[in-house]
Amino acid sequence: MIVSAISVRLKHMIRFDGVSKQYPDGTKAVDELTLEAPTGQITVLVGPSGCGKTTSLRMINRMIEPTGGRILIDDRDTASMNAAELRRGIGYVIQHAGLFPHRTILDNVTTVPKLLGWDKKQARDRARELLDRVGLSSELVDRYPGQLSGGQQQRVGVARALAADPPVMLMDEPFSAVDPIVRHQLQDEFLRLQDELGKTIVFVTHDIDEAIKLGDQVAVLRVGGHLAQLAAPADLLARPVDDFVADFVGRDRGYRALGFARSGEIPVHAEETVRLGSEVSVDGGSADRWVLAVDSDGRPAGWVDRASSDDTGPAEGSRLHRGGTTAKQDGTLREALDAALSSPSSRGVIVDADGRLLGTVTAQEVLDLIEARRSDARSGAGAGSGTG
Amino acid sequence: MINQIIDWLTDPAHWSGTEGIVHRLVQHLEYSAISLVIAALIALPLGMYIGHTGKGTFLIAGIANSFRALPSLGLLTLIVLVMSGSLPFSIAYLLPTVIVLVLLAIPPILTNTYAGIQNVDAEARDAAYGMGMTGGQVLTQVETPCALPLIISGIRSAALQIIATATVAAYVSLGGLGRFVIDGLAQQDFPQMAAGAVLVAVLALLVDLVLIAVQRFVVSRGLTGRYARTTASSDVIEAESVNTLSTAR
Ligand SMILES: Nc1ncnc2c1ncn2[C@@H]1O[C@H](COP(=O)(O)OP(=O)(O)OP(=O)(O)O)[C@@H](O)[C@H]1O
Ligand SMILES: [Mg+2]
Repeated sequence: MIVSAISVRLKHMIRFDGVSKQYPDGTKAVDELTLEAPTGQITVLVGPSGCGKTTSLRMINRMIEPTGGRILIDDRDTASMNAAELRRGIGYVIQHAGLFPHRTILDNVTTVPKLLGWDKKQARDRARELLDRVGLSSELVDRYPGQLSGGQQQRVGVARALAADPPVMLMDEPFSAVDPIVRHQLQDEFLRLQDELGKTIVFVTHDIDEAIKLGDQVAVLRVGGHLAQLAAPADLLARPVDDFVADFVGRDRGYRALGFARSGEIPVHAEETVRLGSEVSVDGGSADRWVLAVDSDGRPAGWVDRASSDDTGPAEGSRLHRGGTTAKQDGTLREALDAALSSPSSRGVIVDADGRLLGTVTAQEVLDLIEARRSDARSGAGAGSGTG
Repeated sequence: MINQIIDWLTDPAHWSGTEGIVHRLVQHLEYSAISLVIAALIALPLGMYIGHTGKGTFLIAGIANSFRALPSLGLLTLIVLVMSGSLPFSIAYLLPTVIVLVLLAIPPILTNTYAGIQNVDAEARDAAYGMGMTGGQVLTQVETPCALPLIISGIRSAALQIIATATVAAYVSLGGLGRFVIDGLAQQDFPQMAAGAVLVAVLALLVDLVLIAVQRFVVSRGLTGRYARTTASSDVIEAESVNTLSTAR
C-alpha cells in the first residue's frame, strides 16, 4: 500500500471557522458554522433535508465557495490553494457514485492517479488492489459502470476516491441509493476499511441511524445551517441538548443507546447441545423442549424443537429453527438483548470471537445487568457502561 | 426504364475519362470532404465551448434555424454572382459551392455537439470536477467522449446533406455527380439523369456506412450498451445498416 509522505507528516484536521454560505438568490444555506473534524476520525454531518449538509461538505473541497469565514485543512486556509490541486488531494464520493460511463471500472479508479501523473502500471496495480479491498471481484474490473448494480457502483465510487490515498475523504450520502441490506453491508465494509486506513472523513447523511453507526462524532445541523449539537453518538443518544435534537435522534433512543454499551462480563449458562445431523433424543427429562444444534466446530446452527410431532429425524435441514440471532461476548448489550428476545427458547446464544458457542443468557439477565449498571452510574463516580 | 438506367451504368464508356463516373465521383467526394472538414472545424469547437460553458446558447437556436431555412440553390447563385467579378475562375465557382455546403453542415454538427455535451450525466461531470480535473480536462476526458454518439450522428447527417446537395455544384459549371443530372436534364437524356441521382444516393449510403464503422470504433462500449466483445455484434451492424437504408429511402 502506498502511503504518501504527506499523510505521515501532517494532521489532516479540517476546521470550519465561522463559515457561512449565502446563495445568490439569498438562501442562507450555512450560517457561521464552526466545527472541527479531527484527524483519522469519521465526522458525520446529519440533519433534515435542506439544512445545509451538502453545502458544508462541498465547501471543504471548494466545489462551493464560502461567502464568509474560513476552512482550514492542517491550518492552511483552503481559499489560498489552487482548487483543482486541493481536490486531487481529497477523496470525494457522491450519492449515485457519479462513475464515468465511458470508462471501464479500472479506468474509473485510476482517474486521480493519472491526473497526478502516476506511472500507468502503478496506477492500475493500485486500482486492482483497492477494488479488491472494497469487495469487488476481479472479473468486474474490465466492465463498464452500466454493467454493475447500484451497490457495486457505490463500491467503485469509494475505491475511486481512495485511489491516490488521500488523507481526507468527503462522502455525501454514499450509501443512500441502495436497498437496506446492501446499505448495511456497505456500512460494515466501510467501517472495516476505515479501521485499516484511518482517514479523516466527513460523511453526510440524513439518516440518524447511519450517523450513529458510523460516526466517531456526529454534528446535528438544523435548517439554515446552524450547528445544533456536536457529540459522540452515545452522548447524542443520552443527552440531546434540545427538543430539536431529541426529536431528530428519534423515539427508541434508549434502546439504541444499548448499542454502545459493551456486554463485557455478562455471565452465561451452559447449554445442552446436539451435534448437527445426529439424532435428537425425545426424552429431555426435566429439560426444556428446545435444544441447540452445533456444528463440528462448536458453532451454533439453530434450535431444534424435540416436542415437535410433525418434524422428526436428525437435527438438520428444516428441523433447525434459525430465527434466533447470536451475540458476541465482547459485543453490545443491544445484541445480547436481541439474541434473547429473538430466540424461540427465550435463551439468547452468546458466542466467542470465532463464532463458537459459549452459553446462553435470558432477557431478564441482560435487563438486570443494564439495571445494575444504571444504579452504579447513579450512585457512583464514573462507573460508566464503557461507551465505544 | 430501369433497364435503360442499368444499361447506362454498365456501359464501360461511361466510367472512364474526365467526363466519366469515376472522375465525377472523386470530384463529388472532394467537394463534400472539404466542406465537411471545414464545417466540423467550425462547429465542433463552437458546440463544445457553448455546451461546456453554457455561454452563447442563443447562438445554437439562432444558427440552427436560420441556416436550415437557407435555399441552397438561390444562395449559391447569389454568391457566385457576387464573387465572379473579383476572383479567378476556378475559385470563383468552387468557393461559393463550399460555402453553401459548409453553411448547410454547420447546424446539425453544432446542435448535436452542444446537446451531447449538455446532456452528459450531471453526476459524472460533478465527480470529474470533484476529483480535481480542470475545466479543459473535464471537457476532453469526460464530456466529449460521453457526447460522441450524438456528435457523430450530427456529422453523419451533415455528411448526408452535403453529399446530396453537392449536386448543385454542377449548376455553376463545376464537376461532381451533379453533372449527370444537370446534363441529362439539358439533353433530355433521362437514363443519364436518373443514373446520376442513383449514384448520389449510393455514395451517400456508402459514406454513411463508413461513418457508422467509425462510430463503432471510437464510441466507448460503455455508452452504447454493446458490452459483449464477441458474437452478436455482427448481427447488430447488419440491423443498423438496414435501418439506414430504409430511412434514406
Ligand atoms: N445552488 C443553489 N442556489 C440556491 N439555493 C441553494 C443552492 N443549493 C442549495 N440551496 C439551498 O440551500 C439549502 C441547503 O442545501 P443543501 O443542499 O446543502 O442541503 P442538504 O442538507 O444537503 O439537504 P439534503 O438532505 O436534501 O441533501 C437548501 O435550502 C437549498 O434549497
Ligand atoms: Mg445533500
